[in-house]
Amino acid sequence: MYQSQTVIGQTGATKDLPLSQCVWPEDGLHYIPDWVYASQEVYDLEMQRIFQGDTWNYVALEAEIPNSGDYKRSFVGPVPVVVSRAEDGTIHVFENRCAHRAAEFCRESHGNTNEFVCPYHQWSYTLKGDLQGIPFKRGVNKEGGMPKDFRNADHGLRKLHVTTLNGVIFASYSDKVEPIEEYLSPEILEDFKVVFPGKPLKVLGYYRNELPCNWKMYHENLKDPYHATLLHSFLVVFGLLVAGNKSTMLSDSVHGRHGYMGSAKTEDKYAKVSEDTKKEMRSFHEGLRLRDERFLEYIKEFDSPWSVTMQTIWPNLMVQREMNTLGVRQIVPNGPHSMIMQWTMFGYEDDTEEMTRHRLRQGNLMGPSGFLGLEDNEAMKFVQEGVRRSTTDLNVLKLDSGKVGTSTTLISEASIRAMYQYYRSVMGF
Amino acid sequence: MQKSANNRYAYKPSRLDAATAQHILVEVEAFNAEYCAVLDGGQVEMWPEFFTEDAIYRITARENADLGLPVGLVYAEGRNMMHDRAVAINRTQMFAPRYNLHIVTNTRIVDQAENGDIEAEANFLLIETLVESPSTMHLAGRYYDTFVRSGDKLLLKERQVIYHTTILANDLVYPV
Repeated sequence: MYQSQTVIGQTGATKDLPLSQCVWPEDGLHYIPDWVYASQEVYDLEMQRIFQGDTWNYVALEAEIPNSGDYKRSFVGPVPVVVSRAEDGTIHVFENRCAHRAAEFCRESHGNTNEFVCPYHQWSYTLKGDLQGIPFKRGVNKEGGMPKDFRNADHGLRKLHVTTLNGVIFASYSDKVEPIEEYLSPEILEDFKVVFPGKPLKVLGYYRNELPCNWKMYHENLKDPYHATLLHSFLVVFGLLVAGNKSTMLSDSVHGRHGYMGSAKTEDKYAKVSEDTKKEMRSFHEGLRLRDERFLEYIKEFDSPWSVTMQTIWPNLMVQREMNTLGVRQIVPNGPHSMIMQWTMFGYEDDTEEMTRHRLRQGNLMGPSGFLGLEDNEAMKFVQEGVRRSTTDLNVLKLDSGKVGTSTTLISEASIRAMYQYYRSVMGF
Repeated sequence: MQKSANNRYAYKPSRLDAATAQHILVEVEAFNAEYCAVLDGGQVEMWPEFFTEDAIYRITARENADLGLPVGLVYAEGRNMMHDRAVAINRTQMFAPRYNLHIVTNTRIVDQAENGDIEAEANFLLIETLVESPSTMHLAGRYYDTFVRSGDKLLLKERQVIYHTTILANDLVYPV
């Protein structure tokens, strides 16, 4: 499959370990072994136990398929699916694979139809994914055709369980997964409803990029508040996040798999950084000022103590509320060394024209060309390259050591620890 | 996928006679050559000088353009926003070093309004080369431009960079 800029396409055998050799380091809270990012067998097991396990996977926003017959292509893990709204208004998710000869029949990224027809042999399916028609089912001139015991009902598309929450659509392969509100846990549900209060959304557009890194790194990056003030000098210079701002790194208290990084911007546009703090931050640039400051304005529109929250919802959804620029990011894993990120940026139907433009201007912070986004992408690529190409094999997680879960300091890795504690219980490591 | 029939990015026959179009074409091609030379030469802080004070600059996917969606991978209202981006890239952003090479071709002049504004289009390829890497085709697409005359030179009043590259490789650091 598509992989960007791969210099050396090989991973050493000491990194691409078979499952039988995947042993977690003894001091399990404070080290992550490289093989979690580089082993094909670990990746395959993750697809099975996580993305096809007891999880809710984000697939679309209801605003993208408002009318019956509307559909869009999406993914659950790496598996292509179609999200469709039937005549009765219900939403259905099924694999984009014809039940006959496996063709990925739906080729348009989105559209409106009254049925899905596989172009190969024109088997047709309803908007709910049921097989409705087969050409020449009874043969021609009493010859050929399907056997008498062939029942359409046995040959529908592979359907997934579907749930929605305030305009957001999730799908699952599991019939045991808990209801979505419970799945999210109380703290995450509360912040989720800040961005998704149930009022109609307006989609502003899409970004799609491939990150040459393991899909878990994206979760870790948003559970790693330490990097935010160090890598992202833009945040620091313009006072959006400074070590010492009011902030939290929350882990859900049920499993530790979801989380959000929250921070409250001070009233000043530019940060006041103490001499002591400055010494710790090589990326700090004193005296940089914007010529167009509209970009930094924060219009308070939510009942929340945080001007920024970046949610990580296990296993494939990030909800971005960076001041007034809103978006969801869907992770599509693409082998151990690659992931596709699909970004849907949005506002609300009742936004004024000026508010929409404000969101678009502020959108320059995020996405594959965003002042924050591109630095994250670069850093995660560097990590994956280091993992694949080096001879040492441990990642060190000792900040705020011993703690697991929510932390009030940014100088902590407790939330990453919580995620891996949960991950290990699911994966059996 | 060819759904552009009714949007502003659809094909429009040129409204100009061949001689007029040819005359303007020479100017626009010279403009684009300078514009790309600045970017390919790594002089990103000079990039805003190709625009008017109130210019619009947007880089967005063909998918967004076809759907009439306003988002930009890069979205600048005015030269000041472009200046801020150029300074941020040049002085504060962390990214691996790279060379960019723009190839601009198929330039056409669609119209010249009575006030002198020129509507033009051109295809572009952006080729990126990272340290120890092959040169890769990073972005392919088309410029949809409006130029104005300022003294004896052209300036961009609007440049819509509409790219076809559905899945971008990692990120896009510099303007296109």
